Formats: sequence, C-alpha cells, structure tokens
Amino acid sequence: MRYGGFSTLLYKEVLRFWKVASQTVAAPVLTALLYLLIFSHVLEGHVQVHGVPYAAFLIPGLVMMSVLQNAFANTSSSLIQSKVTGNIVFVLLPPISYLEFFAAYVLAAVVRGLVVGTGVLLATFWFAPLTFAEPWWILIFALMGGAILGSLGVIAGIWADKFDQLAAFQNFLIMPLTFLSGVFYSINSLPPFWQQVSHWNPVFYMIDGFRHGFFGVSDASPWLSLAVAGACLALLAMITLNLLKRGYKLRA
Amino acid sequence: MSAAICIQQVSKSFGSTRALDGIDLEVQQGEFFGLLGPNGAGKTTLISALAGLVRPDAGSLRVMGHDVQADYRAARRVLGVVPQELVFDPFFTVRESLKIQSGYFGIGDNDKWIDEILENLGLTSKANANMRMLSGGMKRRVLVAQALVHRPPVIVLDEPTAGVDVELRQTLWHFIRRLNEAGHTIVLTTHYLEEAENLCTRIAMLKAGRLVALDTTANLLRRFSVHSLRLRTRGAMPAELTRGGAENGGWWSLPFDGFDEVEPLLAKIRAAGCSIDDLEIGKPDLEEVFVRVMQGPQAEPVN
Repeated sequence: MRYGGFSTLLYKEVLRFWKVASQTVAAPVLTALLYLLIFSHVLEGHVQVHGVPYAAFLIPGLVMMSVLQNAFANTSSSLIQSKVTGNIVFVLLPPISYLEFFAAYVLAAVVRGLVVGTGVLLATFWFAPLTFAEPWWILIFALMGGAILGSLGVIAGIWADKFDQLAAFQNFLIMPLTFLSGVFYSINSLPPFWQQVSHWNPVFYMIDGFRHGFFGVSDASPWLSLAVAGACLALLAMITLNLLKRGYKLRA
Repeated sequence: MSAAICIQQVSKSFGSTRALDGIDLEVQQGEFFGLLGPNGAGKTTLISALAGLVRPDAGSLRVMGHDVQADYRAARRVLGVVPQELVFDPFFTVRESLKIQSGYFGIGDNDKWIDEILENLGLTSKANANMRMLSGGMKRRVLVAQALVHRPPVIVLDEPTAGVDVELRQTLWHFIRRLNEAGHTIVLTTHYLEEAENLCTRIAMLKAGRLVALDTTANLLRRFSVHSLRLRTRGAMPAELTRGGAENGGWWSLPFDGFDEVEPLLAKIRAAGCSIDDLEIGKPDLEEVFVRVMQGPQAEPVN
C-alpha cells in the first residue's frame, strides 16, 4: 500500500466496513436472499419477463439494488458517525485535499457495493438459470451505480446533523427510488402513466442497464442508460466536490 | 527564521457572536506558550482557525511561515493538534489508529516512532486494544499520540489535562517538556493556572474574543501579583497596616514588594502589642493575575 492521504483514507474506509462485515456485508446478502425466496416462490411459473423465468429476471435487480443501497450506506453512515462522535477531525486535520477526500470515500463505497453485490450474486445464482450475455455492461453499471450512490451518500452524510435526518433521506428518497426502479418487475408491465414516471427515475436506468449485461435485452437501450448514469454521476460529483471545497458543515 | 505561529488581525463571528475580534499574536519557535481565558473566550476557535477547522472572516494565520488557507498542506504538516473533545474512532485499535493517522500525513513506515510515542505516554500495553475498551485517560493519551505521529514542529494542546488523573498529567508534561527541549514549539490552553505558570514561559490571555494580556509569565506575575504576609494575630492590628491589607476568616493579608519589608512590618505589629499566632508567606500566582486581568477593562493595552 502506498501511503498518502487518498490511499490511507480509502484503506481506512474499507477496513471500517470490513471489521463489521456481519452488519455491512452478510446482513444485506441475507436480505436479498429473502426477497428472492419470497418473490420467486410466489411468482415463479406465473410470470416471465423478457422471455426469462421470473427468478432469473429478479436476481440482477436484487444484486444491483444491493450495490446501490450499500454504496449509499457506506459513505453516509461513515460520515454521520464521524461527525456525531467528532472523530471527523482526524481526517480534517491532515493535509488531505477535498478531491482526495471525495475520491477515497466514493471509491470505498464502490468497493462495499461490489463486495455486497458479489455476495448476493453468489448466494442467489443457484436458484435460476442466469446468463452473462454482455458482461462489460454488468461491470460498468455496477461501478457507476456504486459511485453515484456513494456520492449521494457523501452529500447526505455531510448534510445530516443527526441520525434521524439521515434515516429520512434514506426512507423518503433512496428507498422509493430503488424500489420504484424495476428491481422486481419490468416497467413495460406497468400502466402507461407509471411507465412515464419510471422513465424519470435515474435508478431505473442503472438497474435496466445492469440487467442488460445478463440477458442482452432490456426496457431501454443500454447506451441511453449509460448516458443517464453518466450525467447523474457528473452532476452529483460536481455538487459533492463543491460542498467539500466550501467545507460545508465540515469546516465552520 | 519565521515565527512558529503568526496570527494577524484574525476575526471570526458565529451569527451575532464575535468569537475572535482582531487577534494579533506571534509565537516564536521553541517557545512553551500558554493561551488562557475563561470558557467562551475564543481559545478553541483560535486553535481551530490555526488548524483549518474554522475559516476566519478576516485576517491571516501562518504556521512556520505557511498560510493555513493558501498553503494548507505545508501548514498542516508542521502542526499537531490535540483536540479538547475526547474523540476516538471505535473501529480501530490504538496501533491501527496511529498507523492510519501517519498514512494521512504520507508517512509509511512509522513503527519506530509510534513505539517511542506509545512508550513515552505509557500506552505500550494498550497498543493492540480497541479504542472502545480504553478508559478516558487512556483515550486522552491516544489523542496526544495521534497529534504527534508526523513529528510536527508546532504542537497545540487544547486543555489536554481536563479531567485527567495526576499520573497522566505528570507523564504527559514530562514528555511534552522533553519535546520542547528538543526544539518543538508548544502551545497550551488550560484552566489549571498552576500548570500554565510552571510550564509556560509566555502567556496570552483572551477575553470575549480579544487579547487582553500578552507577556512573559514572570512579567505578568510581577505586574499583577505581589507577595503577601498572611498572619493571624491576637490583639488589634495597627490601623496603618490594615489600611492596605485585607482580612478573611481571622487571617490578615498584608502585601509587600520585597523581603526587606518583612522585618519592619513585623516590628510594627509587635510595637502595637499584637502577638502572632500563625504566619505564612503568600507568593504571587497566576490565578491572581488571571482574576485581575479578567476583571480589568476590556480594552486594556497589550504589551
């Protein structure tokens, strides 16, 4: 490991979640597994999406949802804990630039997302015939989705002063965005109005593009999804970097 | 040679509260400097501004010649701050915390120095203990250790002995004194004025965000505090003596400047027919200086 502000902060953030892996990795894998067991048991045999059995359709959605939620959880919970306990000073006192700060926290979130996503995939792919038609899309969307939600987590973690404010952010923004994104269904099966609404949800594109990597078919073109995800990432990174540069709620 | 710390016209307000009001202060390299003042005087805000945790509304701060905003990387590399709050990262052991802190400063192989710090702060046996398992005093030691991992030439300790037992205080001051003798500049804030009097060669006092005194400890003691003869007597004290003195619980306190005044004072008491039951000499102390300076007018001229 090369020592420096960025690499040490990245190492510390990864070590932090790894030390409590039962909460940060095992628990979300189990949750995803429970979703799969319940939904596939109820719907298997009744539903086929894009010509694949429902369980096979559901698995990539669950994997990506886990990537996104855990990337968000990693940055947001790390920052709010550090702020509330006051140990954020350990990161603010050394010569670490706001760019290094951003890159380290977001990359650690991506790592957590990928670790949990891989865990969910390993735990669930026994249950259905899964293909990897265009694997590059899988990797690209997992990385971008993790970075987008990791960045959003930095914003939430910096903005929130208390744990319940962070919980509100999670319950009223992150959960609806991920649950109403086509994780559990194809949006083509929705009434036209809700199809329209879903097209305004950026998380829909991340999940749809990710799923395209498995089956080679999707609701939207993967290139469109890539463009939407790229725009989201650019916008959120800009906002986050601006907050960090100004020292918003970190440096008085 | 640049000053260890150079603070020029620094002001900072939080809402309508003026936390710092045009502070000018210079601390030379190698000094053991005390920053005193009641709670809310602005000590911690000033230290935070120095550390880049607070951005001043006006003025500039430099550490070893490096501006804390424009040249923050260099400024933070030469500064070690022990924060006042007892903060720790519950995920890591003592050694992990120190290695991570070293890494933030770009120092890879720091084990030898870390071992030395642990030894000097009496932390060796706790090196592999999780931070959560440590007592308050031990956590305080780790905070000091964390501020020293990058061997900063300027070390700022914000009330390091608040709520700390005697043993740690002695260990800590022994170590900090050694660092000072090795050339490190030390800035200390404390409410234990005896500590400041013993350790600091120069002292600044803050009141409501303004600098109200700045001088060597010896000069401050001379200017604001005097020796006094404290005695308990039988019989009425002569009026010419009691006019300049004060009585408290049967004890008279008579101020004097030099020890050659003591004999004549005693002679006068004897001549008045008083006999002395008990007697002690009160030395000038920083507490008296502090009280006088804080009770004085806000805009007392500063040296």
